[in-house]
Amino acid sequence: MNTHLNSFRNQPDDRGHFGQFGGRYVAETLMPLVLDLEREYRKAQADPAFQAEFDDLLEHYVGRPSPLYFAPRITEELAKLAQPGNGAQVWFKRDELNHTGAHKINNCIGQILLAMRMGKTRIIAETGAGQHGVATATVCARFGLPCVIYMGATDVARQAPNVFRMKLLGAEVIPVTSGGATLKDAMNEGLRDWVANVHDTFYIIGTAAGPHPYPEMVRNFQSVIGKEARAQMLNRTGRLPDLLVACIGGGSNALGLFHPFLDDPSVKMLGVEAAGHGLDGDEHAASLLGGSPGVLHGNRTYLLQDEDGQITEGHSISAGLDYPGIGPEHAWLKESGRVDYTAVTDDEALEGFQLLCRTEGIIPALEPAHAIAAVAKVAPTMPKDSIVLMNLCGRGDKDIFTVAERLGVEL
Amino acid sequence: MSRFASAFGKSAPALVCFITAGDGDTAANLDALVEAGADVIELGMPFTDPMADGPAIQAANLRSLGAGTTTADVLRYATDFRTRHPDVPLVLMGYANPMVRRGPEWFAAAAAEAGVDGVICVDIPPEEDDALGPALRARGIAPIRLATPTTDAARLPQVLEGSAGFLYYVSVAGITGKQQAAIESIEANVARIKQSSDLPVAVGFGVRTPEQAAAIARVADGVVVGSALVEIVGEYGADAPAKLRELTSALAAAVHAARQEQTA
Repeated sequence: MNTHLNSFRNQPDDRGHFGQFGGRYVAETLMPLVLDLEREYRKAQADPAFQAEFDDLLEHYVGRPSPLYFAPRITEELAKLAQPGNGAQVWFKRDELNHTGAHKINNCIGQILLAMRMGKTRIIAETGAGQHGVATATVCARFGLPCVIYMGATDVARQAPNVFRMKLLGAEVIPVTSGGATLKDAMNEGLRDWVANVHDTFYIIGTAAGPHPYPEMVRNFQSVIGKEARAQMLNRTGRLPDLLVACIGGGSNALGLFHPFLDDPSVKMLGVEAAGHGLDGDEHAASLLGGSPGVLHGNRTYLLQDEDGQITEGHSISAGLDYPGIGPEHAWLKESGRVDYTAVTDDEALEGFQLLCRTEGIIPALEPAHAIAAVAKVAPTMPKDSIVLMNLCGRGDKDIFTVAERLGVEL
Repeated sequence: MSRFASAFGKSAPALVCFITAGDGDTAANLDALVEAGADVIELGMPFTDPMADGPAIQAANLRSLGAGTTTADVLRYATDFRTRHPDVPLVLMGYANPMVRRGPEWFAAAAAEAGVDGVICVDIPPEEDDALGPALRARGIAPIRLATPTTDAARLPQVLEGSAGFLYYVSVAGITGKQQAAIESIEANVARIKQSSDLPVAVGFGVRTPEQAAAIARVADGVVVGSALVEIVGEYGADAPAKLRELTSALAAAVHAARQEQTA
């Protein structure tokens, strides 16, 4: 592995800082626990048995490696929009084929193994769209640990199928009514539970955010995506992709894909935030493009906030992107210039969603539908022999009701 | 002598009272607390995401922000308080983001200008002290740290390093306003802290009644009451000052008499 001084892959430092971002901004009650978690994670990282169990579960329980798929018809469709000689090949990393239908399970497997190693007997998590909640409930059922999921009451109402899934899997789903009753409020409530139950409880954070070591740990568990994709692409084409694209809420699927490629200078990267109704108003969830640095939920990162540092509510058609912050490593990658970031509106994401359904027979989640919309813009501008690789991080079964409503279809 | 040294240097333990700025008639409520015997005031800076707080203080934060409270308003309450009460220590308590939004130097300068004596930032542990601590110290404002039941002997020196004013011992691992810890545990932990530090130790979280306050005052230098007061503000609105005066008087009498009882 490349760990020379100029590497983009050797973050964070030993205090969990990615440049000025990241860190451990938590209450004193949690601090000893966060330090203990880091110690235990370092031991697990160095333990071949831990890695072997993780790999085994990913292969036989999650269904990894996920396929790397060349998408011929969307490539052809987008090439029609290109100047002669342009129109990149579009490839997908098919993480929507994982057990539970998204990349979230990769991280949950890693964290629950760590929780058991630490002797914790109770699992809590927050969830927005419900994908991380379902993945957490799944691993808790698999390992027989009690599971409490905090979910904003607004999200409970708009994601009823996932609430039922979590309950089927034996989890207790607690609707959170404080604040705007969405993901950030669920995270606040998760932190409150954790602080009161530090002796026996492990908090499985769902994205590459929160206090150190979570951003690094979640990224590392998700890096299986990029490691597989890199090897698969080299094997299939003998070369690296020219551009990686992934959607970003907290940013774990994007980091999972990007991180193993960060020191490949020929590989460009594009993170896609949710522009909601547009970046010119307040109705978006683009922390990097429409926010500013601040401190929330244990880390310093880009946030949606007002001039007094009060956190503002994000908006996106995708509940999974509807969070007013972003993982601190993305904040650092943006400032370092290694990764480009763009944003896609609700309407563009809906078009991307339908484009993939129509051309490839794949119903994507609304989160990667944002990435598809970005691919649709950028692929026609790239040379014909170039390769765009997008992380198709979730499937869209959970979103068909939202999409039907937005398209004016009664089910 | 600093205001903290005076407040904690009396023969009796100190009563520390918390309310959220901008929730109800802040000036009238603060006057009621001081007139009824509060020795130190903690003024909460409202935040949209009060992660370490229970339902009572969460609700107070939302009421305050709902009424349009800004950072400028909080600083104005502090400035006006200092004018009316030149000798009572005033602490701003809150979360990192509103404090660092315009830069730590800006906040420290504004707080110093307003006559603030100390700052408690819930989510800046010693590990992230650089985010605010140096700026506060440069302006002579005490960074007041929290110690908790999870702060073990190995970690305590790090918490004490750079602390000033007093040490806030959070008696339960949990959020504000919920259960109270056993007095034996509080006594042992306060004794442990005092072996390592000359700072006064005030104990809070879950203290609601004069009886509880008296029990803690027997073993600590100060007692912090927050949620019980904030609930009164929420319940009584414009009539809150009279009710606050009632509870604070009872708390102050219990706290101030605690050591005399003990030695009697």
